[in-house]
Amino acid sequence: MSFLPYVIAAWLFVVGLWGVVSSTNLIRTVISLTVVQSSTYLVLLGVGYRTGGKAPIVADIPTSSKLVDPVVQVLVLTDIVIEATVTALLLALVVQAHKRFGSIRPSDLRALRD
Amino acid sequence: MSRRVRLALFAFAGPGLLAVLLIGLHGLPAFGHYRNVYGLLVDKVEPGLRHATDIVTALNFDIRAFDTLGEEFILFASVAGVAVLLRHLRGEEEAEQARGIEDHRFAGASPSLQLTSLILIPLLFALGAYLLLHGQLTPGGGFQAGVVLAAGPLAILLAGRYFALKRMAPESALELVESVGAGGYALIGLGGLIFATVYLKNFLPVGHQGTILSAGMMPINSIAVGLEVAGAFLVTWTEFFDQALIVER
Repeated sequence: MSFLPYVIAAWLFVVGLWGVVSSTNLIRTVISLTVVQSSTYLVLLGVGYRTGGKAPIVADIPTSSKLVDPVVQVLVLTDIVIEATVTALLLALVVQAHKRFGSIRPSDLRALRD
Repeated sequence: MSRRVRLALFAFAGPGLLAVLLIGLHGLPAFGHYRNVYGLLVDKVEPGLRHATDIVTALNFDIRAFDTLGEEFILFASVAGVAVLLRHLRGEEEAEQARGIEDHRFAGASPSLQLTSLILIPLLFALGAYLLLHGQLTPGGGFQAGVVLAAGPLAILLAGRYFALKRMAPESALELVESVGAGGYALIGLGGLIFATVYLKNFLPVGHQGTILSAGMMPINSIAVGLEVAGAFLVTWTEFFDQALIVER
């Protein structure tokens, strides 16, 4: 099953996107977006994997061992940091939307509807 | 936009997106059949070059050090954004003194939860410090350690002592920690500019492989990033908890 990680990544992407589109609650929208983003982790790590490769940490294995690509792992780390910050910013916007409109239903955001 | 309009738009755009997604995934190498050279080159070269044994950290703080600087400032800017968005607006008052609240307890915060939180606090700090100092040797480094370190004070909140946390770590102190971390990283880069002619290039002795004082400036970079991340997360959480617990309209 050499394509299974990509299938799961595509599934996470579509499910998360459906969550964003069909959401009736802004917090659910934000969480769905993190589901979409988690699919990118799977794609990145899947691309960098070599069959039989070990984690790129040579503290207790010889440097000549077969290792996986460390670059994509660093990109995933960046990805996670960005996801955390974007989530925090979006949730702050939700807090303000709730203050302003007294609701976190997307359809109640009057400034967007007018 | 109403829900119905959104769904109709998605029904229209969805199939196209799915097609592009499938075409894109089809072009990827089969799982396990890695084809690039760059990653393997890094795996071969970096341990000998900087004497780090965690190649991911080595990439983060050496080869991609400049990207990490950008990443750090993304974090910094977004925390500033959260602080601006959640500032206390006109008409909102702080209810802390008004109500004389000393502690906040979650509904159903049992003594066992409080006890567990108290036990967790020193363990989280120890784990965070370990991750911070061993980033160049084993999995860890500034980003991971910063989050674990920030989780320590979060356990104080879980124990129902939010205002004790506010007194112990006021927001101005947290912001200072965050700024020192972010600015420190940029200043370490200047060291590279002065002593090695390239910004953020390693200029310290690489030391003996496998020891804490190895891998040149990686441990120092790691500490700077750790401070910034811990400060950033705590500022963000404090802003949100203030909204929930203190601000009244």
